[in-house]
Amino acid sequence: MKNRAILFLGLAAVLLAGLLSPLASSYPDGLERVGEDLGFIDRAVVLFSSPVPDYTWPGLPASLSGPAAGVLGVAVTLIVALSVAKLQGRSRSG
Amino acid sequence: MHIPDGLLDGKTLATTAAASAAGLSWALRRVRTGLQDKQVPLLGVIAAFIFAAQMINFPVWGGTSGHLIGGVLAAVALGPASAVIVMTTVLVVQALLFGDGGVLALGANVLNMGILAPLVGYWAYRLLGRSRVALFLAAWASILVSALAASLQLAWSGLIGLGVVLPPMLVWHALIGVGEGVITLAVVRYLEQTKVILPGEVRS
Repeated sequence: MKNRAILFLGLAAVLLAGLLSPLASSYPDGLERVGEDLGFIDRAVVLFSSPVPDYTWPGLPASLSGPAAGVLGVAVTLIVALSVAKLQGRSRSG
Repeated sequence: MHIPDGLLDGKTLATTAAASAAGLSWALRRVRTGLQDKQVPLLGVIAAFIFAAQMINFPVWGGTSGHLIGGVLAAVALGPASAVIVMTTVLVVQALLFGDGGVLALGANVLNMGILAPLVGYWAYRLLGRSRVALFLAAWASILVSALAASLQLAWSGLIGLGVVLPPMLVWHALIGVGEGVITLAVVRYLEQTKVILPGEVRS
């Protein structure tokens, strides 16, 4: 039951990122809204061109680019978090 | 609440980066001695889930949206030190892979959402008695703590006066925090029902 629940949580992550993310609200978030109202959000700059800017996979049709970016993000986050946790364990035993 | 680049000045970037580095190094030391091998898969899956949940902006009011941050969720599921690792992982992936949140501002974003939210939220959860109400309030308060920290950083950078930026930041995030509380309650309840975590359990 425990392992199944952990698996379900992982599946939920894939479903959220891969299927539900196009339904997410495109309204500004709290900080963006305050920045718009007070006029400071225009000062924001992009210093680093990320490979998948704004959760949009370059070159894919609009309906696929968001979900693909989301699933990529879930996979990368999972791998990085597992690696960090495992490395910490290794340095403990070694 | 991811702060983009261009809003914070040099001293604020340097100070928040140093504070985040100190917090992260504390968390890594703590995880090295405290994290059990059997908790590793849950840690990875919680990180992936929080990344995905952060993509789902929900509308709150008047054309503004919010999304889960997940600091208290991670802290209750894994313990505060592991939560710092999970949240930092999510924020680094968001900044470097997706350009969500600035790269120079990463220190501030890690401090606000990756360290302060889980640690202060978890502390509040324990202080309030680890009930469902305590969990909701702690998750809600963790968003306000992040919003307060972000406001202080914007003001300290000379971008805007604290008295101008703080009230709307707290009001909007008090609304967004309700969503944080509801989602945190639902996921923790699922984890308890499936015996992934024990009700009211304290994790290091």
